[in-house]
Amino acid sequence: MLEIKNLHAELEEDSDVKILRGVDLKVGAGEVHAIMGPNGSGKSTLSYVLSGRDGYEVTEGSATLEGHDLLDMEPEERAAAGLFLAFQYPVEIPGVGNMTFMRTALNAQRKARGQEELSAGDFLKIVRAKAKDLQIDADMLKRPVNTGFSGGEKKRNEILQMALLEPKMCVLDETDSGLDVDAMKLVSDGVNALRDAGRGFLVITHYQRLLNHIKPDVVHIMSEGRIIRTGGPELALEVEEQGYGHILEAV
Amino acid sequence: MVFPRAKLLQQKREAAAALIDARALPEGGAWITAARMEARDRIAALGLPTKRDEYWKFTDPGSLTAAEAAPAPVFEIGDESAVFDGIDRVRLVFVDGVFDADASDAPELAGVEISLLEDAAGVDLHWARDLYGALEAEGQHPVARPLAAVNTAYATQGLLIRATGKAQKPVSLIYRRSAEDADVMLHHVIRVDSGAELTVLENGPAAARLNQVMEVDVADGGTLHHVRAQGRDHERRAAAHLFARLGAESVFKTFTLTANGAMVRNDCVVWLNGKGGVAHIAGVTVGEGAFHHDDTVFITHAAPGCESRQVFKKVLREGAVGVFQGKILVRQPAQLTDGYQISQALLMDEQAQFLAKPELEIYADDVKCSHGSTSGEIDPTSLFYLRSRGVPEDEAKMLLVLAFLAEALEEIEDPALAEDLRSRIEGWLKRHQR
Repeated sequence: MLEIKNLHAELEEDSDVKILRGVDLKVGAGEVHAIMGPNGSGKSTLSYVLSGRDGYEVTEGSATLEGHDLLDMEPEERAAAGLFLAFQYPVEIPGVGNMTFMRTALNAQRKARGQEELSAGDFLKIVRAKAKDLQIDADMLKRPVNTGFSGGEKKRNEILQMALLEPKMCVLDETDSGLDVDAMKLVSDGVNALRDAGRGFLVITHYQRLLNHIKPDVVHIMSEGRIIRTGGPELALEVEEQGYGHILEAV
Repeated sequence: MVFPRAKLLQQKREAAAALIDARALPEGGAWITAARMEARDRIAALGLPTKRDEYWKFTDPGSLTAAEAAPAPVFEIGDESAVFDGIDRVRLVFVDGVFDADASDAPELAGVEISLLEDAAGVDLHWARDLYGALEAEGQHPVARPLAAVNTAYATQGLLIRATGKAQKPVSLIYRRSAEDADVMLHHVIRVDSGAELTVLENGPAAARLNQVMEVDVADGGTLHHVRAQGRDHERRAAAHLFARLGAESVFKTFTLTANGAMVRNDCVVWLNGKGGVAHIAGVTVGEGAFHHDDTVFITHAAPGCESRQVFKKVLREGAVGVFQGKILVRQPAQLTDGYQISQALLMDEQAQFLAKPELEIYADDVKCSHGSTSGEIDPTSLFYLRSRGVPEDEAKMLLVLAFLAEALEEIEDPALAEDLRSRIEGWLKRHQR
């Protein structure tokens, strides 16, 4: 599914700031991988570089999704190819209706894949059904994108988009940040409902607690722009009990 | 020694004298001739504007005051439908500034009184007599607007519209062009009686150079909606003045869409003279290249409990210049005033320019007034967010530009009119996308 090889990236504005220093990672279909690591280890940057955000220069290495070169594509092409990034800080866009936004996105992806666009009525049926599972009410759908949403509402809105766009590869960037226990459960249930033999997940998180809800198959520890350790779910518990310092020392 | 200010006024008056010498006052009955003569005296006293005037600091009036209008090619809209085409309205057509009865609908279908200025000038239409040139004269203080006085003195064409009840249909003024060098003045007077309701629409470029005045009097409890689309001709120039006097519990909402045009100056002067009056002045401007657009607004709150909103949004690219000068004056009796003003520009590249001068002058102590002005580019984070969901860059930009304009378009109360203009703007943006 997702294959990252020796990925190096630096800040576009300052080539001295090298954030990714050779990331190797392979997520197979149906697998859930977690990336954990201390602040500043490059976790979020990895998600941005994969999704094509401006401001980073890839200097070495590759990233492919089902064999397609992600780094060569525009952000919207990556999305159409099946990549989805759930933002750590979902963006508020006043003036653009949430519903309009999601329908435009879904139809743009369908168009890019040569599928027929959905009518407003068909779209409405689908979005309502999916919104219900995430306890997103009609009012949240009508409001401008993320505008005035609480932290929990924003994250639920991210998962709704994910459910709607049905990506092949989902990258979740600190999805637990800003969530209370109930919201975390709701969001995790939403993610778990999307777990599927044909879909891969990369869950980026600082804390282990999210992984109690979204159970990973593989856990990676990232530090200074590299994956320094890979293990099973027990690795996350080790972090929880002993902190990152212990693991970093051991490497 | 001659002081610079005195010297400037002398030069302005000399320019005014030259204009007065070159033009004879139009023929007309006693009342209108009196109004024109008074206006001519105002021109002589005020002088013509120059870019050294405080109120013309950002906009050079030279092309508006020049003796001759520069010709401007007539823009062909091709197979696009014209603005307001789908709206049921009474169409009154002017061609090169002259009313064309054959091309117009029967005016009486609107259910309001409509006469031509040239006809009414010969008879004593008392309500018009009391307004013609009177609001314009009032609007010369505290800021001089000499181009409006020129219009009062020399305009021969225009409409006198009076709504005595709820109008059956919007009155739609359509300004067509055929001559490349048409230099046109139009002067409209609109009176909305107590409790009456009227919608006035305007569209079309009118002329190579247009000087327009609209004097509006909304009596207690009256409502006037005004929606205008200034045409797309690239090289046309226009100075339009809107003077509106509002009574108690009255409502006046005006919206202007300006696309293209070498030079447009829209002055809007509003007096909230009765308790609980509401005035909303909004506009959207889209321009590129040799485009200069100036919105100048002056709102006076003279009575308690009134609300005013100014919402102006401009999308500018490739050297286009947008100007906003907006003032809220709250007089001492105008307690519980609610005043809001926002002017924002979206600069699509580094060549575009936005110049803003918001002003508040408040003498009442219990008021709520807020103002803001911003200029900036499309937010890159929002753009990335949309693109990361699969929305192509062009489409994402379009969504964000329309989102930026939404607050202004929401000021148009009739959804059909708002949608008509929104789709025009979308068309403009698509044609100018790169």
